[in-house]
Amino acid sequence: MFGTKKRRIAILIMMVFMFGIIAGCGREAPTNQQPAPTAGAINVGLNVELSGGVASYGTNARDGAMLAIEQVNAAGGVLGQQLNPIVRDCKSLPDEAMSVSAALVDENIVAQIGPLTSGNVAGSTPIMMENKIPLIAPAATATNVTVDDKTGATRDYIFRVCFIDPFQGTLMAQFAADNLKVKTAVIYGDTSSDYAKGLADYFKQTFTEKGGKILGTEGFVKDDRDFRATLTKIKGLGPEFIYVPGYYQEVAPLIAQAREQGITVPIGGPDGWDSPDMVTVAKAEALNNTYFTNHYSSQDTDPKVVAFVEAFKTKYNKEPDGFAALGYDSVQIMVQGLNDAQAADPVKLAGALAQIKNFEGITGNMTIDTNHNPVKAGVIIEFKDGKQTMNSRIQP
Amino acid sequence: MQELIQQLVNGLSLGAIYALIALGYTMVYGIIKLINFAHGDVMMVGAFVGFFSITLLGTNIAVAMLIAMAVCALLGVIIEKVAYRPLRNSTRIASLITAIGVSLLLEYLTIFLLGPNQKIFPDTAFTVKAYDIAGLSILNKDVFVFVSAVGLMLVLQYIIKYTKTGKAMRAVSLDNEAAILMGISVDKTISTTFAIGSALAAAAGVMVGVYYGAINPLMGIIPGLKAFVAAVLGGIGIIPGAMVGGFVIGLLETLVSGYGNSLYRDAVSFGVLILILLVKPTGLFGKDTGEKV
Repeated sequence: MFGTKKRRIAILIMMVFMFGIIAGCGREAPTNQQPAPTAGAINVGLNVELSGGVASYGTNARDGAMLAIEQVNAAGGVLGQQLNPIVRDCKSLPDEAMSVSAALVDENIVAQIGPLTSGNVAGSTPIMMENKIPLIAPAATATNVTVDDKTGATRDYIFRVCFIDPFQGTLMAQFAADNLKVKTAVIYGDTSSDYAKGLADYFKQTFTEKGGKILGTEGFVKDDRDFRATLTKIKGLGPEFIYVPGYYQEVAPLIAQAREQGITVPIGGPDGWDSPDMVTVAKAEALNNTYFTNHYSSQDTDPKVVAFVEAFKTKYNKEPDGFAALGYDSVQIMVQGLNDAQAADPVKLAGALAQIKNFEGITGNMTIDTNHNPVKAGVIIEFKDGKQTMNSRIQP
Repeated sequence: MQELIQQLVNGLSLGAIYALIALGYTMVYGIIKLINFAHGDVMMVGAFVGFFSITLLGTNIAVAMLIAMAVCALLGVIIEKVAYRPLRNSTRIASLITAIGVSLLLEYLTIFLLGPNQKIFPDTAFTVKAYDIAGLSILNKDVFVFVSAVGLMLVLQYIIKYTKTGKAMRAVSLDNEAAILMGISVDKTISTTFAIGSALAAAAGVMVGVYYGAINPLMGIIPGLKAFVAAVLGGIGIIPGAMVGGFVIGLLETLVSGYGNSLYRDAVSFGVLILILLVKPTGLFGKDTGEKV
């Protein structure tokens, strides 16, 4: 096959060229929207991921935020002034998020919405803290976003409108105990991620407080594909409910194997389950009687949500996802803060945001706690014949 | 009791997959004393070839497995020619490092070409049915994996014991230079060994796809390591040892998760590796010849 050295080199060069062609395909140049700052308006910075790894998060959050700004301006603005959005792309990179924030600070923004991921928010945090301008994170769920790990102190200018990850464990425990009325449960979670471990702890705590009994705690690690031995053991324990905090890659085959073994009890999990792959791997039938917690559902029948979904669909011709709803809420909570502070001043806005109680958002009523985390409702999504359907809203 | 039998069923189908991969490790080691760390990734390539032959060519599972085996046999031969043959007379550590390099190359080339996301093995190729036998749930895919694995092992035993190629392989394994003197083409025999070992890994890859429903470019790493443990446990270089080792590891993991703690499962498998290297480095089936380490 590789007769001579020359031919070998020729093949190598050919391969390199082929890779070059493949790699060159399918990239689009990102476009930035940069409207000129208007005099007499309140500048709001949007530091979001419009390109890079999590471009879809940022794009949807921007669309939600822009809808909110449009609605606020149409209703006469805030404090008699119009909101002027300045949208910048942080390219899904923490260091880029930082330089974008620095540029936004120069534009005299009153607050920054975004970035979306916890890592990118961390990149932007020092600039916002230094300049005393509030950052409202729509979807950063890591605990240390609003609280300094080392000192345990709340970061004065960092806020968020999503609940922190482990809180979903509390919501699911409440749902299992109150709605499904189960008394016993087994936790079978991913032990290789902090996300899942935190969820398991919160679930255990709340479920026990509600008078439920944890029959056993089992674990798997990332990339496991064989769960049958542990599932056979769990079947022997006979729990009424199984809590599976983890990501869909492992959870989907886990549920399929559980059903194959004749385990029919309800199974619950966190938003790590939220992927179309769940249905393709585990199959619709196996997923019946499984539930997961999430921030928001576009099927919510709450009139506020229905109105938001309508308006979003009319403007963008697509279904709003959780990021769009959280982007929308980020702007609305900022508007509430500005009204409470009665001044378009970043420091006063931060003070007002920290005091917000019972703010009515699309993703639930929020009260900001001392750690700048919202205490708010979550939704329970149920798989019904392969379709995600909203089961209920759980208020803590 | 019923739970125990269920666990044994679970363990046997897992063990069958480990055993198939372990065979490739042990055959290659037996013949050129190289631990082919790329072997688990050949399994991954086999799974992807099976996947594409089902989705693109619309073949059934048996044909998909044959195509995967053929492609991986060729891949094994190419890997040996390009990466290992030039180093055959250099130090063992050089070949070992090359093997790790080939492993990374296969993993990241696949990620580069197909993306890092998992692919869903089409369920049209294999319809899963569950049989309820005396309270045990036995799936037709359990039977499929077990029967085809044992079938392939029997074919392998036949090839090695009763064919000329098999005889040549045993001769090269025993004494490379004497084999040359007897007129055996060593290069050809080593190529054949890689082809057979890689084909078995490809079969295991397709089985993993059928069994667990999803495949991804890094799926070969952990089963590859477990199969390596199985091969060492049985005595590396010894073919029946690899089979037994595979089943033992499969059953052991199942029993640890079922009756001990699922968190200790991997610790126990790799603990076995350490233990066997300390107590009986030649493995369960190894004879103390003094020259093997």
